[in-house]
Amino acid sequence: MNSIISIAHLNKRYASGLEALRDVSLEIERGEIFALLGPNGAGKTTLISIVCGIVRLSSGNISVDGHDIAREYRAARSKIGLVPQELHTDMFETVWDTVKFSRGLFGHRPDAAHLEKVLRDLSLWTKRHDRIMNLSGGMKRRVLIAKALAHEPQVLFLDEPTAGVDVELRRDMWALVRQLRDSGVTIILTTHYIAEAEEMADRIGVINKGELILVDDKASLMKKLGKKQLLVQLQEPMLAIPDGLNDWQLVLNDGGNELECTFDTGEEQRAVPTLLRRLGELGVEFRDLKTRQSSLEEIFVNLVRQSR
Amino acid sequence: MNRQRLFNLYGVLAIYRFEMARFRRTLWQSLATPVITTSLYFVVFGSAIGARMGDVDGISYGAFIVPGLLMLSVFTESLNNASIGIYLPKFTGTIYEVLSAPVSAFEIVLAYVGAAATKSILLGLVILGTASLFVPIHIQHPLWMAAFLLLVALSFSLAGFIAGVWSQGFEQLQFIPMLIITPMTFLGGAFYSIDMLPPVWRTVSLFNPVVYVISGFRWSFYGTADVGVGISLMAMMLFLLLCLTLVWLIFRTGYRLKS
Ligand SMILES: Nc1ncnc2c1ncn2[C@@H]1O[C@H](COP(=O)(O)OP(=O)(O)O)[C@@H](O)[C@H]1O
Ligand SMILES: [Mg+2]
Repeated sequence: MNSIISIAHLNKRYASGLEALRDVSLEIERGEIFALLGPNGAGKTTLISIVCGIVRLSSGNISVDGHDIAREYRAARSKIGLVPQELHTDMFETVWDTVKFSRGLFGHRPDAAHLEKVLRDLSLWTKRHDRIMNLSGGMKRRVLIAKALAHEPQVLFLDEPTAGVDVELRRDMWALVRQLRDSGVTIILTTHYIAEAEEMADRIGVINKGELILVDDKASLMKKLGKKQLLVQLQEPMLAIPDGLNDWQLVLNDGGNELECTFDTGEEQRAVPTLLRRLGELGVEFRDLKTRQSSLEEIFVNLVRQSR
Repeated sequence: MNRQRLFNLYGVLAIYRFEMARFRRTLWQSLATPVITTSLYFVVFGSAIGARMGDVDGISYGAFIVPGLLMLSVFTESLNNASIGIYLPKFTGTIYEVLSAPVSAFEIVLAYVGAAATKSILLGLVILGTASLFVPIHIQHPLWMAAFLLLVALSFSLAGFIAGVWSQGFEQLQFIPMLIITPMTFLGGAFYSIDMLPPVWRTVSLFNPVVYVISGFRWSFYGTADVGVGISLMAMMLFLLLCLTLVWLIFRTGYRLKS
């Protein structure tokens, strides 16, 4: 059996009546980095919370490493580490005490050497005697990661790990994630940034309004997803697109005052300079240039349309 | 690994230690307030007023109120400690970790309630020490006294745990002690024998669980009681059973812990 998490026909309806997940089935492969990509409110946190035992499922089956999360919850949960989306931390405890607590809570005997390694990896070692409430937001996020790693999980969930995180932490975090993956840990992260999923994941699942729209390898998905646009504000309005520009996907907006050019992501580095050179050759003058990445909203609308 | 599957000892210890650490951080508030309050009771009721009161059931008034006062502190503290113990992680969100951990409902309750009960038993002993500075105290049935203390600390900590799970705000958290416990305590025979009440109120009192607690506890000190010891014990067991059932329902349904 190659999948470490197996989700079958999962449904979740909250007490409010809201259907947060609809018939979600998903296999997470052992040792991969899987990104769950979707806009706010798509059901990402709900999905993770159900697998971790924080939220109850309405129907469906989930197993972690072959253990059903309800019947064999001890075996299932002891394999999982969770870094929640919100900064839920204690206040008065020290960093050291809180990671020690986490390790014990998950049924592991004390192991100071392991905890030291975790704290060093997260640049928290010098802060180990500090009270958590005196730490910055970024440091608190590191503490939450340390807590999740304290019991040597085989699966790590990172729920929107980079929300409100500075560049340095993001870099450290990605380095750590890769290091963990290399040591055999399976990582599932949620995000609403396409770029983030693209940077980190082996596979990506797209979720919207509680439905898993598609699951695919990163490479093939990025082709479907990414579109970049160049908007050229023209000096003189154009009546029609000149014949010399047939190689590009162009549209005229704003009564001919704006030229809109659409590229696939990755393509624009080559295509933009050649387009601009061509415009010069044709004597088209412009006042301003803007680039725009198709918003996640647009992408989801497209994906949903395609999946119908 | 095998042992962990049956009982997560490290997990229980982690929660228990966490709760005891919280207690140590606020040791002064936790102990000083009840000790000062109890001392005031002894000064006012025991010495000032008690000197003008006759003996109750052949016991000097100052000594008579000791078991009641002690119980009063023990179950207020049990309720407070246990309710805050589970309410705080719910409030701050840190409960996610406990819910996602391989700990059973039984282990969670054991750890939180065990810690709250430990604290209130410690407090009870401190108050007993304080009381002995004011009045000579003699305990006829020390083992029964210990048993009652344990039973009360446990069942009221369980009740506090339930209240903490039920509470959705700090006001509700204080609502129970204020509106339910204080009246029950004052009408529970801490300061008088219910035989002193008019017959109607005596009957009403018999519906107050605190009467059984205090009566049984006082019996372990002085050998006299308002209601039979067996009945006291049974009433307390019933209360414990009720609390256990409620806790079981909470975890079975996920009530206010899991959505
Ligand atoms: N405890 C809850 N009770 C009722 N509705 C909820 C609860 N938690 C989340 N929801 C709703 O479920 C939907 C999915 O939420 P969530 O899983 O947090 O999405 P995401 O993490 O993708 O942003 C949202 O519409 C949200 O409002
Ligand atoms: Mg979320």
